[in-house]
Amino acid sequence: MRLTEGQQLEARAFRVTRADLVRYAGASGDFNPIHWSDRVATSVGLPGVVAPGMYTFALASRVVASWVGSTSDIVSVTARFTKPVGVPDDDSGAGVEVAGTVRSVADGLATIDLTVTHGDQKVLGMAAAVVRC
Amino acid sequence: MSTVFPSRLGVGYSWDNVCAMALDPSLAERTFATEAPYSVSREKIAEFASAIGADPDEDPDSAPFTFPMVVAFALMGRLMGDPDVGIELRNVVHRDERIEQIRPVRAGDELVAILTVESLRAAAGVDMIATRTDISTVGGEAVCTATATLVHRGAA
Repeated sequence: MRLTEGQQLEARAFRVTRADLVRYAGASGDFNPIHWSDRVATSVGLPGVVAPGMYTFALASRVVASWVGSTSDIVSVTARFTKPVGVPDDDSGAGVEVAGTVRSVADGLATIDLTVTHGDQKVLGMAAAVVRC
Repeated sequence: MSTVFPSRLGVGYSWDNVCAMALDPSLAERTFATEAPYSVSREKIAEFASAIGADPDEDPDSAPFTFPMVVAFALMGRLMGDPDVGIELRNVVHRDERIEQIRPVRAGDELVAILTVESLRAAAGVDMIATRTDISTVGGEAVCTATATLVHRGAA
C-alpha cells in the first residue's frame, strides 16, 4: 500500500464484550481474574472487569495489518497501556476505536501514529506501528 | 545486603525505595526458557484469530501479529509462579509492550522462546519488571522479539 506523510487512515470501531474476554483468556492463556471476575477486579482497586492490554493491542495490530494489506508487512507495534478498558457485563460491551495517521515515510518504511480510544479516553499512549510500504 | 542492593539498582534509588521492594533483586538476572517447542496448529491460529474478532478462514495458515504472545505469556507465567518470585497474577498490570516482528508465525512452526528479566525497579510501592522475550523456531530462525513492562502492586 502507498502511504504518504500526514495521511489519515480509515478508523475502525469494535465492541468488546465479556464473551470476547473469555475467548481471549482461553486463546492467549492469560487467565488473570481481573479480566473476568468483577469480585477480583474490584478487590485490587479496579472499577470492574477490564480488557487485557494485549486484547486492545491485538485489535490495533489487526487494523494496522488491514491498512497495509498483510501482517507480514508490520515491522513493529509499540504501546503503553495508559487507561484500562472497562468491559461491562451486558450485551453491548465496551467500544474501542483505532485510528491512525502516517507520521513519516522513509526508505520503504512508514511510521503510523495510532490513536486508540474507549469513549473519549485514549487507552494507549505513545502507540505507533512501523510498516513496510 | 544493604551494600549490594543500591549498586545493582544503579544511581538514584533511595534506601526507602529499596526497602519497599518486595521482589528479590536477583530476579533481574534471571531467564526463563520454553521447556519444549510450541507446535503451532491451524486450530490454535483459528482460535486466537476468532478471539480477537478476526476471520479465521481468511488466511488459515498465518497467525495474527500478536499470536506469539501465547508463547511469551506462558513464560511470564513461569516467571510469576517461580518459587523465588511468587507474584500473584491479579496484582500485575501490563504497562507497555513492543513487538518487533521478523516474520509472522505460520501453522507448522515449532517455536521456542527465552524470556529475560532485563531490569527491576521499585517506585511508589510497586515493582516495575522489564522483560524481553525472544521467540524463534527450533531451527534457530528468529520470529519476533517482545518487550514488556509489568507493574506489580503490593510491594510496600
